[in-house]
Amino acid sequence: MSELTENMPKKNPLSLQIDPKRFEPASEDEKAQQDVMHASTSFFRDGMRKLMKNPLAVASIITIVVIILMILIVPKVVPYGYDEIIRVNGSRDKTVTNLAPFQYSEKEQAAIAAGETIFPHIMGTDSLGRDYFVRVVEGAKVSLSVGLFASILVLIIGVIYGSISGYKGGRVDLIMMRIVDIIYSLPDVLIIILLSVVLNQTLDPNNPIVKALGTNMVAIFVVFGLLYWVSMARLVRGEILQIKNNEYILAAQAMGGKSGHIIRTHIIPNCISVIIITTALQIPSAIFTESFLSFMGMGVQAPMPSLGSLANSARQGLQSYPWQLIFPAVLIVLIVLAFNLLGDGLRDAFDPKLRR
Amino acid sequence: MSETNKSEYLVEVNHLKEYFPIRTGWGKTTMLKAVDDVSFAIKPGETLGLVGESGCGKTTVGRTLLHLYKPTDGEIRFNGELVTSKNVHKFRKDMQMVFQDPYSSLDPRMTVEDIIGEPLDVHKLYSTKAERHQKVLDLMSLVGLNAEHATRYIHEFSGGQRQRIGIARALAVNPKFIVCDEPVSALDVSIQAQVINMFEELREKLGVAYLFIAHDLLIVHHISDRIAVMYLGHMVEMAEADELNDNPIHPYTLSLLSAVPVPDPEKARANKRIILEGDVPSPLNMPSGCPFRTRCRFATEQCAKERPALTDRGNGHMVACWNK
Repeated sequence: MSELTENMPKKNPLSLQIDPKRFEPASEDEKAQQDVMHASTSFFRDGMRKLMKNPLAVASIITIVVIILMILIVPKVVPYGYDEIIRVNGSRDKTVTNLAPFQYSEKEQAAIAAGETIFPHIMGTDSLGRDYFVRVVEGAKVSLSVGLFASILVLIIGVIYGSISGYKGGRVDLIMMRIVDIIYSLPDVLIIILLSVVLNQTLDPNNPIVKALGTNMVAIFVVFGLLYWVSMARLVRGEILQIKNNEYILAAQAMGGKSGHIIRTHIIPNCISVIIITTALQIPSAIFTESFLSFMGMGVQAPMPSLGSLANSARQGLQSYPWQLIFPAVLIVLIVLAFNLLGDGLRDAFDPKLRR
Repeated sequence: MSETNKSEYLVEVNHLKEYFPIRTGWGKTTMLKAVDDVSFAIKPGETLGLVGESGCGKTTVGRTLLHLYKPTDGEIRFNGELVTSKNVHKFRKDMQMVFQDPYSSLDPRMTVEDIIGEPLDVHKLYSTKAERHQKVLDLMSLVGLNAEHATRYIHEFSGGQRQRIGIARALAVNPKFIVCDEPVSALDVSIQAQVINMFEELREKLGVAYLFIAHDLLIVHHISDRIAVMYLGHMVEMAEADELNDNPIHPYTLSLLSAVPVPDPEKARANKRIILEGDVPSPLNMPSGCPFRTRCRFATEQCAKERPALTDRGNGHMVACWNK
């Protein structure tokens, strides 16, 4: 230490300069403290860590996983089909309709007494004598897949439309956004009713897609593809307009990057979190719309159940068999709530604007 | 003239104009003359400083020069070859840019390695991943960054380090010419000195030419061979750095230089500040004739009628003024 301080300039007695003698060189240990830095984390990993710290988001992930597992496992375990009227030893049983949860019909009781094992009706049966549990699970599957596919449809159309509009800017943007404004002002339920009427007349009933889904479902998908992408398109456009103003886009242009390169390496990675979050929030809204339309009788075609149509048909026996309404309604609430909370959690974890 | 120029100058700008249409009402557009008739030339390895106050068109000159904005009029020549929107791609490798704001000019979602390697990707300057990695590491050590910084993200760096990353990115393609758009004005003074010294070192090592845009006359004087002064989209004076500093002619340059702080209190007291009256006129509504006449002490009737051209006052000292 003394050797070092001797080499230092002498302190002027009048100066306010700090006396170098009062300093000592840092030891290797102290220097090492400066070197230790936290491990470099990627944006995605950082976001996932934040998401996992959010109890509501974790609970909703668990809920969604449980519902999906149920959809996958139940049809394998429960021996009834969703459109199958329950028969006991091959013969019709008149008392099998509208059973309460875990209740057996008269013939089933007789069969159990005779030593047979009969799988319990966990949620009872409906007015036609079909196992309600299987129908509710099948309805959840239909509702979830409608929500998922409609959201993917919205995602694809909205992102492509929005990024073209935002990236091109100027007159192209002006025209494209006025089209969005027009679509925004169309009443969606009216369009769905009109479309399902028109599609009923025009669609080929032997078309395998139409056969599987029914014209109402096709109408719902067409409406999602036609109308519901606009908010996604607006959001993506706004995000891209903002990203485009950053100098790193200009830097990429200055180094000779073409539009495709700039969109791929800079614009999409910077707005991907917003897109994911919006898609996650789009799923419950699509499920809700589908349930609402099915409840109104414009959704899936019988005998295919959806949570909305199950709730609708339960209305008639509401006073005698309230559980037939409660089960699908609770499941709708669970699914929609879980996706909404997950979307909120994703936004909190990934939106850089909320981080600062 | 063009024959001799071809060998002498790396970058030539002749009568460059950049107008932006601004909507001023229903269906009405007015031209904002950001850059109006600017000409200059830069030799290989030379640094031209470009100074002027905010909004005078310095940045626009730099960006138009690289065809980031399409020039309204005028020509840009690189190595004697005319640069147009169609063939600009082949010049991209030779002309690069360092940006003012080290926070927004680097993509927050990319690692340092990817940022510096991006120009290598664009121009496909490597054959294997290992070669790319090595090139990036070489560039990082050239600008004084450690190899372990390569995997980090931008938010983990200070302003000075970010600017070094930006400079490394510009150097990745071995450019002959770099537009430095106020590269140090966002940094604090101690870091400014480091970065400026680095620019000088790189010039000596690599022989690049700079167009150094700044509003700090001291810094520009320190780094530049020649200095050009801009006012309201026009070039008002251009001379060798020392010549301009010791012997300014244009009244605007005089007032700019009088505002530079002098680190000697005796001299500073003797130095009389020339305070300009009024504000900079709106570029949408330019004064007739000389753009500076509304704030000039020497303005005469002639100034209102006709715009003075840049004329040589000896030794390549160009001034655009009727009276001085």
